[in-house]
Amino acid sequence: MTALVEVNNLSKAFGGVHAVEGVSFSVEAGQVYSVIGPNGAGKTTLFNLITGLYTPTSGEVKLNGESIAKLQPNQLAERGMCRTFQQMQICMNMTAIENVMLGRHLTLKSNLLTTLFRLPALTRGEKAARKTSAELMEFVGCGEYLDTEASAMSYGALKRLEIARALAAEPKVVLLDEPAAGLNAVETAALEDLIRKIAEQGITVMLVEHDMKLVMGISDRLLVLNYGRVLAEGTPEQIRTNPDVIAAYLGG
Amino acid sequence: MMAQFSQFRLKGLVFLAIVVFALPLFISNPFHYSLATQIALIAGAVVGLNLLVGFAGQISLGHAGFFGIGAYFSGIMTSNYGWSAIPALIVGAVGVAVIAWVVGRPILRLKGHYLSMATLAVGFIIAIILNNERELTGGPDGMPVPSFDVFGWELSVFGQYSLFGMEISGDLAWYLFAGVVLLAAVWLAQNLIDSPIGRALRSVHGSEVAASVVGVNTAKYKSLVFVISAVYASVMGALYGHFQGFITPSVASFDFSILLITMVVLGGMGSTIGVIIGAVVLELLPQLLADFQEMEMVLFGLILMLTMIFMPKGLLPTAANFLAKRRAKSAGGDA
Repeated sequence: MTALVEVNNLSKAFGGVHAVEGVSFSVEAGQVYSVIGPNGAGKTTLFNLITGLYTPTSGEVKLNGESIAKLQPNQLAERGMCRTFQQMQICMNMTAIENVMLGRHLTLKSNLLTTLFRLPALTRGEKAARKTSAELMEFVGCGEYLDTEASAMSYGALKRLEIARALAAEPKVVLLDEPAAGLNAVETAALEDLIRKIAEQGITVMLVEHDMKLVMGISDRLLVLNYGRVLAEGTPEQIRTNPDVIAAYLGG
Repeated sequence: MMAQFSQFRLKGLVFLAIVVFALPLFISNPFHYSLATQIALIAGAVVGLNLLVGFAGQISLGHAGFFGIGAYFSGIMTSNYGWSAIPALIVGAVGVAVIAWVVGRPILRLKGHYLSMATLAVGFIIAIILNNERELTGGPDGMPVPSFDVFGWELSVFGQYSLFGMEISGDLAWYLFAGVVLLAAVWLAQNLIDSPIGRALRSVHGSEVAASVVGVNTAKYKSLVFVISAVYASVMGALYGHFQGFITPSVASFDFSILLITMVVLGGMGSTIGVIIGAVVLELLPQLLADFQEMEMVLFGLILMLTMIFMPKGLLPTAANFLAKRRAKSAGGDA
């Protein structure tokens, strides 16, 4: 198997603060790969570096063997990488399904002429996009909100909506930044199911998460960060018994 | 049946068409027609500006500049070079598109106040050029503009026309023409908004980060909407010049740019029909308050401020919200 995402010696410094320092790991296609660590360990910074929101100070990120560290987020989306955010990024000026249809952006080839005169080619594409998006909303479990204004939806539903939007872009790898944050136990259990179903479809999932029960249950491999450095890497079983991890988490 | 209609995506357009075509039943005075024509043409420019401001969340405080270029280009080409009005209008719009694209690429990287300042400067530069190029534009004194013509057929407020066997005056003919142009402007704008391109534009407003991670090239779409809204202004400016028969650099002035923005904010950012109501209110208000003409800018400033504080969503969305809440309340009471 070849690595889908490969991170080599990646570092990011903000002024004198080394948020991420010398991090290397690789994620194989089809895996659920989680990044864990205490608050301020650099997990979200790492995700922002991988997805092109930050430019690394040094090191490189490869997607399918191609170096992507200098590309913009929209160029990464074209290459099959999509993500959600800890601070949800939902377009509150649109309806729920329009947010998901926005995820279809790259698959909908439209020009100004067909758009302005609403030619049949456009309506056909829109109809198909709406159908796919409605199915995705059903899939993530917010199918009852189709034409609801996003601004009128609950926090939990919006979290699911954001995942649906990411999936609408037909990614090879999707990065979920703390998808369980703010969810109750029932919602978290449903999320666990959802992540499994996403992985079953052959989509590689990368996860930043605090909920240990969730992470240990669904991850194929884990990366533990502490103060921006890699503390441990391995299967859930290896991580659970790693003395360094136990020390960092339980304060040994 | 009613429920079906309320779901219909072009219900606003149908409503507008009814108002436009019913209005001549209630007015007959040439002055009223002239005012209505002027409102329709300005409203068309406001619909375009709303695409930029209301939907894509960017600002332009220099949009009158593009309106002015459209008006002057068409005026100069038809009066000095014997062009017909339609080609002058089209070439002017293409020129404005190029200018807006070249100017827009760098300045749309700016955000908030910085973008306001940059667009303000663009408007000022255009106004200064129109004021100073006396040979071409007549400078501050303005210049006469020939009547609008289509394939040798001339549309003049002083003419007499027959439409479906009815004799109609030039005032009414111009009004109907402007009304149809406004309806077309609204139709195109609504088609644009309700499309993949429209969603990309709105996502730039909603969350630029969200837009970019699903593959939207936000810089490209900001430029695109800036160009489209500038073309709207240019076309409406050209028609406005032909209708008025005389233009001065005030069509490209800062005051006019602010008026356009105020119409968008008052009517409701992101509501195509709302901003037309904004244009109607702000064009009629000075007529009602003719005695206070000196205070016009103060009044617009006050309206802009009060709208931002008390009705940040603007007239139409606020009213629609209010009605929806009342309906929900009374429905709850019945149960």
